[in-house]
Parts: sequence; C-alpha cells; structure tokens
Amino acid sequence: MIRVQREDFDLGAEVAALTRGNHEIGGLAVFVGLVRDRVGEENLGAMTLEHYPGMTEKALARIEEEANRRWPLEASLVIHRVGRLEPGEQIVLVAAASAHRQAAFEACQFLIDWLKTKAPFWKQEETASGPKWVEARAGDDEAAKRWQAQDPDAAQ
Amino acid sequence: MKLLYFAWLKVKIGVAAEEVALPPEVGTVAELLDWLEARGPGYAEALADRSALGVAVNQEYARPEEPVGPDDEVALFPPVTGG
Repeated sequence: MIRVQREDFDLGAEVAALTRGNHEIGGLAVFVGLVRDRVGEENLGAMTLEHYPGMTEKALARIEEEANRRWPLEASLVIHRVGRLEPGEQIVLVAAASAHRQAAFEACQFLIDWLKTKAPFWKQEETASGPKWVEARAGDDEAAKRWQAQDPDAAQ
Repeated sequence: MKLLYFAWLKVKIGVAAEEVALPPEVGTVAELLDWLEARGPGYAEALADRSALGVAVNQEYARPEEPVGPDDEVALFPPVTGG
C-alpha cells in the first residue's frame, strides 16, 4: 500500500494495521525518516516537500511492486508526506513484513533506497540564508545502485 | 502539449505549467529540449545541464530519443530528493 499525504502518521497504528490478522508474518522492518534541524553548518527552520501528483503515486506503486517481486513479502507500506515540515517531524515511512527477518530487512532498505532516487519528490530547505533546493546526494545513488543488478530501468 | 516544471526548474522558467503548440521539427524528448532552450533566457538556464535533468512523458521517466507528441504531458525536473 502506498500513500502520499500532508498530515502526519501514527507509526504504531500504521504497523499494527499492516500486520493485523496475518499470522504468516514473523518479521516486520520499518524505516522512518525525520526532519533534522541542521544543514551543514546552518540551522534548518523547516523544509517543504514538493511532488508530481500522479507520477508520484505511480512511481511508489512500481517500487513497491518491485520489492514484492524480489522478496516474499506478506505486507508492505510506503507513506510519504508533502508540504511544509519542521525539524523533528516524520517525513516518510517504509515497512516490509515477511515470514523471516532477512527478507523484511532487505526489502525495507530497498524500498527507501529506490524511493530516494526514483520517486518525484523535491525538498526545499528554509535557513537563515534563504530558501535552498536540496541537491541530490551521490551517496543516495550509490545506495540505490546496490540493488541495480536486477533493475529493469538500468538494463535498458 | 502540456508541459510541467518542478522545483528550481519551475523557478527559473517562471511558470509551473504551460500548454505549447509543437513545431513540426519536434518529435523526440531531445528535440523538445532543444526547442524549449531557445524560448528565452530562463529556459536556457533551466535546461543548461541536460545530465542533471529529469524528464517524464505521461508520468513515466523518458530518455532523450523517446518520441513526444501534441497529446503528451511532459514534465521536466531536477534530480529527485525525497525520502
């Protein structure tokens, strides 16, 4: 399941709903991204997340499908917030549940790594020196590349 | 054709979306970018670094050689930074 929303999410309620009633699940891995209060040497006032409505949902659904193709998942969830977020707020939740922990851990990491390099979101940071669009990090590309042995996009 | 711009491309070009009538010489993503680049300094600046430009045709990532037509929705954007 994927969701793009302005409002915050309740981590406990989300993971409880994800696993409820499915006793094939033996392991659940969850990643939550939070807004930090520092950007390099500067204090961050807030960040605003822009996205491409329509394409965002398609891209997230495709990433989730790919995770389900690669690992035997019993359940998966991606929630990404948009709009203005302040330090300490939750930005993103990805969760993967499987019979055993290895698939859950790997799928969870895959979901966030691919989301960061494929889903059309852009962050703008508010600092004392003015608003600034966040640049893509090489480390994110490297993290995503770990999974590209079977990336249908990269194979073309 | 419907064009959409995101993040700093939107700022440099000055609009978030526009409808354009394509000239006959524009048949691919690369030709569309060449044509757009010549429309003004904001476009030229926004499209200067093609290697850092993301392009989606009808909400799917597209390569320079892919065809585009008058009924397509084409989005241009910088590298994504979500998560």
